[in-house]
Amino acid sequence: MFRIIFAVALLAGFVSGAGISLVQEITTTPLILHAEEFEQASAAPHHFETATFKLVDGTATHAGASAEAWAPENGLQRFFYTALANIVMGVGFALLLVASYVIDGSRINGRRGVVWGMAGFAIFTLSPSLGLAPEVPGSLVAELTARQGWWLAAAASTALGLWLMVFRSGWMFAVAGLVIIALPHLIGAPHPQQIGGPVPAELAGQFAAASLVTAAIFWAMLGWLSGTIYQRMAADG
Amino acid sequence: MTSKTIALKQTAMALDSSRIAPAVAALMVGAFLLLGAGFAHSNTIHNAAHDARHAFAFPCH
Repeated sequence: MFRIIFAVALLAGFVSGAGISLVQEITTTPLILHAEEFEQASAAPHHFETATFKLVDGTATHAGASAEAWAPENGLQRFFYTALANIVMGVGFALLLVASYVIDGSRINGRRGVVWGMAGFAIFTLSPSLGLAPEVPGSLVAELTARQGWWLAAAASTALGLWLMVFRSGWMFAVAGLVIIALPHLIGAPHPQQIGGPVPAELAGQFAAASLVTAAIFWAMLGWLSGTIYQRMAADG
Repeated sequence: MTSKTIALKQTAMALDSSRIAPAVAALMVGAFLLLGAGFAHSNTIHNAAHDARHAFAFPCH
């Protein structure tokens, strides 16, 4: 079982991560590069920096670190590291997905994998994005650790809520599931005191949409691949 | 309950624990990979994974 889970996750995660890297080259990456032009052009570093909010990837926050910190060169090297990160995250998400198939124990195929993939999309993309819209470089945002904590809480509560609604029967579980999913949103995500920043709102809006669509493609691909490969491997032994 | 059904039940339970342990291990390795690629504060990891983090709507600097 160990071997099957890791083999399925490695294969499905690698192909989905590599595949989504090509999709990102058309959808999100051009918008990131475009936003970075505004970000660099506006380099009025200290204007935006306060204790409560920072410029996403701004020269302000990176000014001290950029002197020694390594970053991939634009072009092929940057694409390579982005693809590598996508593959690592793809394998990570695939492990969560295949572990869920195994714990659930019911029959899995490509189609059912897509349904599980859509649950992953709701947990890791839709719910966190409702509070913290996908950020284009240059957005004004609240402190990083607070955002990461809220993001993880939103994902975890959506996973728990969906589990209660889908795998427990009775209206009480359905209501409890809904409340748990809504809870982090009722509390509210950490937001900066001031909004604006150098990147045009149209570009930020376009990026948020592109990022959601790209994630949907990724999860459909990962769900179908992991379901299909799991079905084959589980049948083989 | 016959001894046969008891034996069957025991096999089912044994199967269960042989499923759950690897699944939990997979969940932990998966979470480790995601936290490393998506959330680690290290400047080098951040810069390498930068575009992927933004594309997946992870919170970024």
